Amino acid sequence: MADAALFEFLHTEMVAELWAHDPDPSPGGQKTSLSVLKGMGFRVGQALGERLPRETLAFREELDILKFLCKDLWVAVFQKQMDSLRTNHQGTYVLQDNSFPLLVRMASGLQYLEEAPKFLAFTCGLLRGTLSTLGIKSLVTASVAALPACKFQVVIQKA
Amino acid sequence: MSRQASRGTESKKMSSELFTLTYGALVTQLCKDYENDEDVNKQLDKMGYNIGVRLIEDFLARSNVGRCHDFRETADVIAKVAFKMYLGITPSITNWSPAGDEFSLILENNPLVDFVELPDNHSSLIYSNLLCGVLRGALEMKRSPDLGPGDMEVLGVSIRKEEAEGMCGSGEERRG
Repeated sequence: MADAALFEFLHTEMVAELWAHDPDPSPGGQKTSLSVLKGMGFRVGQALGERLPRETLAFREELDILKFLCKDLWVAVFQKQMDSLRTNHQGTYVLQDNSFPLLVRMASGLQYLEEAPKFLAFTCGLLRGTLSTLGIKSLVTASVAALPACKFQVVIQKA
Repeated sequence: MSRQASRGTESKKMSSELFTLTYGALVTQLCKDYENDEDVNKQLDKMGYNIGVRLIEDFLARSNVGRCHDFRETADVIAKVAFKMYLGITPSITNWSPAGDEFSLILENNPLVDFVELPDNHSSLIYSNLLCGVLRGALEMKRSPDLGPGDMEVLGVSIRKEEAEGMCGSGEERRG
């Protein structure tokens, strides 16, 4: 029964480690580190999704699955629910967290805006991984206007 | 009513597995980044250390534990309070050295290794080495200010026989 704080500490250290280890400080190198974090998040998201009991997986609609991410998954991972979920009903969803725990430790406002993507990459992967286990292919990106609020954009990929 | 209850259980289960799964992804990534197990072990120790120096503040804020008067008390706090709080387990304390400056912690059920299988080509990998670094970092931050700089050092935290006994850790303390 690992305490929630452990995940946060580990995540912070993982971001620091990947950036310290990266010999290439250029935007191209940054991209590699971000994609490594996303990949790790994806595998964890997949595994989390696989551990759900069968009944949970009988969602009626795509929107139910997104609601599940915003409530159950978010509570399990971040001890809070997503603050809002919007959709254009055509496969694009915007999930907004006004106080994203992995950003909260950083200053609020516009300081460190450049650093924020590093702290969102793992979670983008996590969302995509869980969706993948639930049978949905997607692209997930994140954006930050002012810390610690952020938005995750989920675009469903039709086969 | 029952739907609420089952929702809570799912969340709790996912939450407790999140750290284990993330740790597994990290070790997998490090094995890709570094060529040999020794380097992975070192990296895990270093990352653990960085976590430990921050974790100790979180621990002290949440646990209301007072100052430890001797090393035996420290061992008790580590096993019965800290491990319980963060990993939900209570390792047993054994193997005290005659001088009382070294002990071992045995983890019967190490949550880090849930669902984990090490392939044969990683026989030198100390999978849980992060824990050693965490202990080392946390203890180093809280050595007594009364002692001089050379008087107490956490000389080593190591894992022996990980497969058979869970984790063994020992801290060494020298008094001036």
